[in-house]
Order: sequence, then C-alpha cells, then structure tokens
Amino acid sequence: MNFESELKKGNFLISECIHCKIIVWPPSEFCNQCLNENSWRKCSRKGKIIEFSKQKETYFCVAEFEKSIKIMGEIVSGEPKIAGQIYIVDCGIVNENYFLKMRVLE
Amino acid sequence: MSKVAIVGYGLTKFSKDDFKIESVLINATKNLFDSTSNLNQKDIDAVLVSTNNNSKYLSAILSEMMGIQPKIAHSVESLCNSGTNSIVAAYSYIVSGLAELVLISGAEKYDSPGQILEWDKLRGQFKHPIFWASIFSKSYKRKYSITDEDIALVSVKNHKQSKNNPNAFSQISVSVNDVLNSKKLTDDLRLLDCSRPCTGGASILLASENIYKKFTDDPIWITGIGQKTTSASFTKNLAFHTMESTKQAALSAFQMSKQNPNNIDVVEVHDAFSVCEPMALDSIGFTKLGEGMKMVKEVYLTENSKINPRGGLIGSGHPLGATGIAQTIEITQQLQSKAGKRQVDNANVGLIHNMSAAATSSTVLVLEN
Repeated sequence: MNFESELKKGNFLISECIHCKIIVWPPSEFCNQCLNENSWRKCSRKGKIIEFSKQKETYFCVAEFEKSIKIMGEIVSGEPKIAGQIYIVDCGIVNENYFLKMRVLE
Repeated sequence: MSKVAIVGYGLTKFSKDDFKIESVLINATKNLFDSTSNLNQKDIDAVLVSTNNNSKYLSAILSEMMGIQPKIAHSVESLCNSGTNSIVAAYSYIVSGLAELVLISGAEKYDSPGQILEWDKLRGQFKHPIFWASIFSKSYKRKYSITDEDIALVSVKNHKQSKNNPNAFSQISVSVNDVLNSKKLTDDLRLLDCSRPCTGGASILLASENIYKKFTDDPIWITGIGQKTTSASFTKNLAFHTMESTKQAALSAFQMSKQNPNNIDVVEVHDAFSVCEPMALDSIGFTKLGEGMKMVKEVYLTENSKINPRGGLIGSGHPLGATGIAQTIEITQQLQSKAGKRQVDNANVGLIHNMSAAATSSTVLVLEN
C-alpha cells in the first residue's frame, strides 16, 4: 500500500512498525529504527491544533494526530485555538503537494 | 589536535543582479586573492564550493578559472547553512592532514532553488519559508507574551546596522511602524520581517598552523565547532518557540572552545526572519529562554552593535550558500579590529550561528584572535 496513491484517493494513512510498535513519520516504507518493513493503516482523522496562523482569509496550522505525528494543513471552517480539536474533512495531492483540509470541532 | 586559522577572505556586494553563479564565485575569490599577501595558486590543496545552485562541478570550474589544481575539489550543499558546513569540512581536511590550505567559496543567485525544500511534503501546500516563520513567530509570541512591535525591533536594528556594511543588500533605515506597515504576508509576518534572497558571494581561506604565517600576521582561530541535525521535516521540530538543533550545536561549540556565552564579544545569528534572532539568542544560551528580545532591546538602546553587526541576514540579504561564510568573515574582521564603522569594542571572542530549514539543522562556530 502506497501512502501517496492512497492519499490521492482521499485516504490518510500512517506507517507503523509492528516490531518497534511506533508510528514512523514522515510516511516511509521502512522503520527508521529497526529498518524493517512498515505496515500501513488509516490514521485517525481527529487531531489537535499545535500552532496556527492566517494568510488573508485562510487559517493554516500544524496539527497533531494520534498524539504522535504532525503535519500542516488548512482550516476550512471554525475558529482555531491552541490544543483545539480538528477533523480532517478532505485530503489529497495537488500540484505534487499534499493537502489537508480540516474543520474545527466545537 | 592541530589548529586552523582564517587567513584571508573576499566578498562581493549582495544584490538582485542576474550574474552567472560561476562569475559570483570567481569575483568573491578574486577579491580574496587581491587582499591576501603571498597567496599563490600552488599553495591551495583543496577548493570547496558552497551553494544550492543547480550548476554542476563548480569547484573544478572555480579552480580552473583561478588557475588552481587542487588535490580535493567538491561542492557542499546543506540549504542555508551550506556555508558553515563547508568551513567545517575544510577544517576537517586540515586537522586530518589531508590539506594545509583550503579555499572555500560560497555563492548563490537571487532565484536559488534552495529556498524551498520540495521534499518536505509534511508542510502541505505551505512549503514557502514564510509559513514556518509564521508558525515560529506565533509560537514565540504566545509562549513569551511578546508583541509584533517587540519583534519588529530586530528588523529596525539590523537595517540600521547594514547601512555601515557596503556589501549589504539593504542600505535603508526602517522604523518599527515601517515594519508593522510593510506588506502583510501572514497575520504573524510582514515583508520587513524577512531576509531577502539575493545574489552574492563570499570566499574564505583556511590554513594549518604550519603555514598560516605566510599569509597573515593577524590569524583568527576556529576554536569551537558544534553541529546538530534533528530532522529534515519542519513539523518534526519538538517545539516551535525554540531551536533544539541550535541548543545542541552551541553546547558542543562551547565545550570544544572552552568558552561560554558570557565570554562572547560579538555574534552573528541567523535572522532569516526577525523572530529567529531572539530565538537563536535564547537557544545559544545568551539569555534565559524567552528573554532574547530583552537582549535585542538592550543592545539597540545602548547603540551596541554586537549582535549581527553587518546587519544580519535581514539587512545584508541572504544568498544562501554565501551566508555562513559572510557571517564568518564578519566575525573575523571584528576580531581583527578591521570592521571599520561596524567595529565592536574589545572584540576577542566571536560566535557564528548558521541554520537550515526551520532550525532542523544548525552550525555554531567560535572564533578567537
């Protein structure tokens, strides 16, 4: 299962090492500790805001998922606050860049 | 361990000119030859080129054009701290005995491909450095109750100081209001908070203690080196209000040099964006965490130019591959009391902080006269 081919379909996956019992991030074929092959699973779409800012009318943030991995994305609805809960409503690849659209959970 | 001295240097003006990368390297190196006594091409054992430019084989090209046939010739690339990485590589060649004299030349063009790390897809669509800088700025302000007005002072100070640097990109004065009213890039970053990509070159000559006397009566010694890479991805930073790689690099450099922050008379820190200056001052250990802005205010109000005397990256411009070398040349000139209008009083020990990709990698050098 390839991270990017699944992301293109709107599925947000994470790579996990079953030997080390860790999430390997950025997504990778191999564990960066034991170097064995990782397995893939769907990531929880619920996360929390670590930090955010705003460009014109668009909020962008660093969000954390599964208390482990961090990624940047766009907040498409709601007013963000630090440690506030967010939910991934859409994800994919545009112009070779990943995109993540999130809404703030009230 | 044998000692390594800085014995010569040359710079070009930093500008928006569309020169070929090879020309920038050659001009900076020509200036080095013109200002260094007794330097003969045959003395040079290694030629290192620091750049993010996509042109290939630049160290061999520079060598050929300058009439040098070195034993060792190659490029060094590590985004914005390519320059100090090349100095560390040169230091290692000399200490190992593979070379006695190493020429390093850093150059970049205003449209450098090193400005955006395409690999870092965890930044999503927010790949341009203004986005990590906005996150750093927001986080630092929130954590330490600092305002945009406070941080704007970094840009005011560094623009003021660059007016005494004839090679600097910027020759204008700006006020806090000018910074705050400059183009709003994000809610947490204005245009005048940013260093500007530009065209520029910087060359430096490193010698072993066996031969330095041939070239200078005023050697500056590299006494401390610290480097740390914590990751490549911006979001892997453990926190966004502090620079972990800088903390660890500074500790190593102080340990090696047997110096400490209180002994540093003059410092070049990597102010790619204004928030980076107080963050770096905190992380190096000049102040307690969160008090970097207090230090910036204090030196500004007392007209002390010991922090970024050449104007930092914000005032001087940021030709990526040349930056770390230009920073090192500034501290060298300060320790030689040859910095002209920029001269800091009684400068005997200096420090350079040069980092890459949102502080995922840092180099800290300590120099002494």
